[in-house]
Amino acid sequence: MTENTPSLYEQLGGEAAVNAAVDIFYRKVLADYRINRFFNNTDMERQAAKQKAFLTMAFGGPNNYTGTDMRTAHAHLVEKFGLDDSHFDAVMEHLTATLKELNAPQNLIDQVAAIAESTRDDVLNR
Amino acid sequence: MSTTTITFEDRPVACQTGESVLDALLREHIDIPHGCKQGACQSCMMKSLDGAPPPEAQNGLKDVLRHQNHFLACLCYPQRDMRVGRHTSQQFNRATVIGKQPLNSETLLLTLHCHGVMDFHAGQFVHLKRADGLSRSYSIANSRRHAHRLSFHIRRLPGGRFSEWAHGELNVGDDIEVSDPQGLCYYLPDDKERNMLLIGTGSGLAPLAGIIEEALHQGHSSEIHLYHGSREVDGLYWVDEMRELAQRHAHFHYTPCISRGNAPQGIAQGRANDVALAAIPQLKDWRLYLCGHPDMVNQSKRQAFMQGARLQDIHSDAFHVASSTQE
Ligand SMILES: Cc1cc2nc3c(=O)[nH]c(=O)nc-3n(C[C@H](O)[C@H](O)[C@H](O)COP(=O)(O)OP(=O)(O)OC[C@H]3O[C@@H](n4cnc5c(N)ncnc54)[C@H](O)[C@@H]3O)c2cc1C
Ligand code: HEM
Ligand code: FES
Repeated sequence: MTENTPSLYEQLGGEAAVNAAVDIFYRKVLADYRINRFFNNTDMERQAAKQKAFLTMAFGGPNNYTGTDMRTAHAHLVEKFGLDDSHFDAVMEHLTATLKELNAPQNLIDQVAAIAESTRDDVLNR
Repeated sequence: MSTTTITFEDRPVACQTGESVLDALLREHIDIPHGCKQGACQSCMMKSLDGAPPPEAQNGLKDVLRHQNHFLACLCYPQRDMRVGRHTSQQFNRATVIGKQPLNSETLLLTLHCHGVMDFHAGQFVHLKRADGLSRSYSIANSRRHAHRLSFHIRRLPGGRFSEWAHGELNVGDDIEVSDPQGLCYYLPDDKERNMLLIGTGSGLAPLAGIIEEALHQGHSSEIHLYHGSREVDGLYWVDEMRELAQRHAHFHYTPCISRGNAPQGIAQGRANDVALAAIPQLKDWRLYLCGHPDMVNQSKRQAFMQGARLQDIHSDAFHVASSTQE
């Protein structure tokens, strides 16, 4: 491997790819009765900004989130709204479907899925 | 992502997770002007003194203000410690009332002559301020063709301090102060081939009328659909004017709607947003303008997004009424 190997984030297309993915992903989440109650906050711009943070992280892009941050961000969802594996699986489905829709190659999709999967225990506060 | 410290005029204030800068400062009895607490009225604008504020706290601000690190305190949930200052006081321009006409039993058409040239985009709003300092946001109802003239549709709210005063006491010949134009819900002449859907309730017609006038003037070539709603027929206005406009421009379509009682011939039955979004199920590549009641705006935004519109193509002004404690 040379030092110039582009990162996963670069291979996916960087911020432009995230921007293209946000609307598609967010629409899927809002349309899914299994999980849309978690996103019923009316402030759509703020929600979209969070979705962007989520996708940037999953795409291997620049972010300052730690595992502890993931715990704090989702703790109230686990405690008050019963966030569990089934919801996590639904988000994983929408994430991969979004990338397929954007014609991302399967090997990159697998890497994104692996990053998101690695946060499961933090997100579910286990 | 835990507690951060906001420094305001050398005073440190703790900001809890999930608490906005505005709420943190108000909790410490620091007097920051504010209104809607929803990012709509822009009266809580502040300035970050140590670098860029969170991007979502700059929603709806003009580029110049963004670059100068201005932000809306009610939308600012800090991710780091911040030093903040007051937004150097708003620029106000003097204007004289040159017209006052009823549009219907509750809405007034107020026309001002501005002493300076106003550089605005059709659809933006200003703060109108009377002599004692009481100020409220109102949308400009005309196009940019009139550099000195601004008109407004002011709906009277029973017990409303500004609107009752404007209806009852403000007279032709009186002076009033007008802020610089604000907001991002305006017509963009760069994309004349995109269809536009405009939905307004009550005096939400004001900015939409300005946008339509501007779009037709600019030669917008695609479809323009306007849905204006009210509870009853009495709450509508400019029905004849809009019908006449639709007759003159084949690509402009107008549908007045009432949500209560039986709609007479030529008026649709139902809430304006329901009627509009049912009539146009596929909104991919459309531009949307939503103005008026905050519930209507929020519901329509979500629905339009689900029907294919991009978030960045949905422009809106929710007419949040200031809280009763605000001066
Ligand atoms: C971006 C934007 C654009 C806008 N554009 C327009 C426009 O084009 N046209 C328009 O008509 N409006 C518009 N508005 C709304 C406008 O700014 C004012 O909020 C509205 O006119 C009410 O102001 P007011 O001073 O008359 O009422 P306020 O005095 O602020 O009172 C608001 C309501 O609260 C009630 N109230 C007041 N005090 C009390 C109390 N002590 N206890 C209980 N209830 C109380 C009043 O009865 C009234 O119903 C816009 C708002 C925004 C944010
Ligand atoms: C797949 C792994 C996940 C990752 C990497 C992730 C990442 C994130 C990130 C980065 C934020 C923003 C935190 C902030 O800045 O405040 C966030 C917020 C949030 N997440 Fe997740 N998330 C994941 C799974 C989920 C799941 C499964 C749900 C629920 C179905 C969920 C619901 C939320 C909600 C509701 C918010 C808060 C939004 C708000 O405050 O408005 N997340 N997440
Ligand atoms: S925009 Fe912050 S209070 Fe209205």
